[in-house]
Amino acid sequence: MIYTVLVLLIVLFPLAGFLFPALWGRSLFKKSAGPLTVVLMTFSFLLSAYFAYLYFFEFGYQQGAYRRFLFPDIPWLEFSGALAIRMGAYIDAVSVMMLLTVTFVSLMVHVYSLWYMKHQERYAAYFAYLSLFTFSMLGLVLSSNIFQMYFFWELVGVSSFLLIGFYYQKPAAAAAAKKAFIVTRFADVGFFIGILILSFSAGSMDFETILHKLTTPGSDALNTAAAQTFLGISALSWGAALVFMGAAGKSALFPLHIWLPDAMEGPTPVSALIHAATMVVAGVFLIARLFPLYAITVPGVQEFIAWVSAVTALMAALIACVQTDIKRILAFSTMSQIGLMMLSLGVAKYEAGPVPGYTASLFHLFTHALFKSLLFLCAGIMIHFVHNNSIWKMGGLRKYLPLTHLFFLAGCLAISGIPPFSGFFSKEEILLAAYRNYFPLYVLVLITSAVTAFYMFRMYFRTFWFYNLKGPTEKETEIEVPALIPLVLLAIGAVLGGFIPFGNFVTSDGHRMPFHFDVRFSLLPVILNLAGIFVAMWFYKTKNKRSDIVQEKAWKLYLLLSEKFYVDHLYEFITRKVIFQVIGRSAAWFDKNIVDGMVNLSGEATQYVSAAFRKLQSGKVQLYALYFLLAILALALITILK
Amino acid sequence: MTEPGLYHILTLSALLFCTGMYGFFTRRNLITLLMSVELMLNSVNLNLVAFDRYVWPEKTEGLFFSLFIIAVAAAEAALAIAIIIHLYRTHKSIDVQEAEELKY
Repeated sequence: MIYTVLVLLIVLFPLAGFLFPALWGRSLFKKSAGPLTVVLMTFSFLLSAYFAYLYFFEFGYQQGAYRRFLFPDIPWLEFSGALAIRMGAYIDAVSVMMLLTVTFVSLMVHVYSLWYMKHQERYAAYFAYLSLFTFSMLGLVLSSNIFQMYFFWELVGVSSFLLIGFYYQKPAAAAAAKKAFIVTRFADVGFFIGILILSFSAGSMDFETILHKLTTPGSDALNTAAAQTFLGISALSWGAALVFMGAAGKSALFPLHIWLPDAMEGPTPVSALIHAATMVVAGVFLIARLFPLYAITVPGVQEFIAWVSAVTALMAALIACVQTDIKRILAFSTMSQIGLMMLSLGVAKYEAGPVPGYTASLFHLFTHALFKSLLFLCAGIMIHFVHNNSIWKMGGLRKYLPLTHLFFLAGCLAISGIPPFSGFFSKEEILLAAYRNYFPLYVLVLITSAVTAFYMFRMYFRTFWFYNLKGPTEKETEIEVPALIPLVLLAIGAVLGGFIPFGNFVTSDGHRMPFHFDVRFSLLPVILNLAGIFVAMWFYKTKNKRSDIVQEKAWKLYLLLSEKFYVDHLYEFITRKVIFQVIGRSAAWFDKNIVDGMVNLSGEATQYVSAAFRKLQSGKVQLYALYFLLAILALALITILK
Repeated sequence: MTEPGLYHILTLSALLFCTGMYGFFTRRNLITLLMSVELMLNSVNLNLVAFDRYVWPEKTEGLFFSLFIIAVAAAEAALAIAIIIHLYRTHKSIDVQEAEELKY
């Protein structure tokens, strides 16, 4: 009972943080919306920390494994005895870990926003949206059934729409918000069909039942679902693939990634939240929830996932090498890292006992949340200082922003996988999973990881070294103290987060799984990453023309990368040329001529007929009497002849 | 002289009705039209009374019904004449062809 109240409070505090500023943001909380939501988020975070402590050390670990609980579990819609939609909180190690991560990062972003969004228009609305975002994500990770998850999934979509388009006066921001919403909605159509297929096959929407019924070999549900095929692929594979489509849309996997770079139009703290703890990791979380289904029942789909994510990871890393907008570089790096998380789930083979790839994926999710939000918050400071997003406008910032320099460096080292920073440990686990199960993808991950190190340090050296920016004319403070706290805490997490024995807490079946480190295995990736860093250093540490020369020599490659592999152009072509021109035009023609034609025809026919009948009404009384007489005669005739 | 039978009376009534109808279709004076209508009504009355007398002598519905019709016809005549007078005031004519505004 106490646990139920705890879980509900964790979720309801951010909801209150949305409702109060949303309802009275223009009057009562005009100035105090920020501190209010920060206080509420603090409660939420403290409660989740306490709950995580209780779960991991008090009641969760029973008989040698972390157990699943449902607090609460309320029937919500009962259609029939067999089909009922329940609402509940699914408590297991993964969701508790996610609770902690989401509330922590969200709290950090809230606190940081107090400084960053100060004196902004629609100050209260901003914090309301931020809290709504957190609430949706918390609801998502706690969902006990797939329908409930879909609910919060859409809420996450809405709140991201609101936040990306926060500066809606800017046309680019409004367009980016629409793009994010439409792309993820498009993916959600697939997700929804997938939900229907899966829940129809399993006869239930609950994760537990779905996983139980669809992963037990030889069960009735499995046999029926496997027997139905469409285009030569079993219905179950379709369902699983469509659910993955939804996940790919939210997690910005190729080819549904196009919204993510544009989503940078939102305020920078929002990017930190989207990229670290909410929104993009939702897809990874969903696939992790349904992991046994993919690994046991539909390994074909799982392999597909692995390849899609590998392509995404490498592609995004390559694109990031030529981007000039600091936030876009970070956005592509997120795509790349999310790709790695998905890939880890994709290559993990199901086995008795804990699955290493599963834990690796969530471990990377966890560390990534810390260092990526740190990087974004640092980028916010830099942008605030330079008043520009482009890294060409920055340079030599280490003199002006010494603290940011330190934090940013820590984040870069973490994401580049340099020991002993947190990213190293989680990436190592992903590499290990790929190495064990699927060697070609291991090579791809290695390359991606080295490229990651290169572009991160390209950004780092280009912004903090290279040449010396002319000093700012007016003395600007780097950052205020309250906003410094989140940076310090996140930096501590980014540096030390890897030492958490993650395998002891979050595993696929609840059993503890200690990590083993093999120095010989770690050597190759670390050397490659260091090589990436040194290449970046050679190019960008001091002011020189080396990068320009390379860019001129390989201008074709440069163009390909800076145009993001022409994926956006492809979409543009499909929407503008194919959908608008061919389908849209013909549909418009059909509407104008056939549909409208039928409506007009019925109208004209009525007019014509009534014009004919109108002549009968002449106003001549004798004529009326004649009709009357004739009608009577006709009736009489009918009666007589019958 | 034998008493007239049912058929005689029905024939008379039919002739009366046809006369009324002829008048109704051919005349244009509203008063004449009203008179024709009265003729037709009376032929119907005649029918009713005749059937009552010859077919169901034990019943009285026919008699009473014709009495009703006479009363209604009287009322109707009063009404019709009032309308005609009003029409005359507005149109300066009681020609039925002139009064066509009712179609609107």
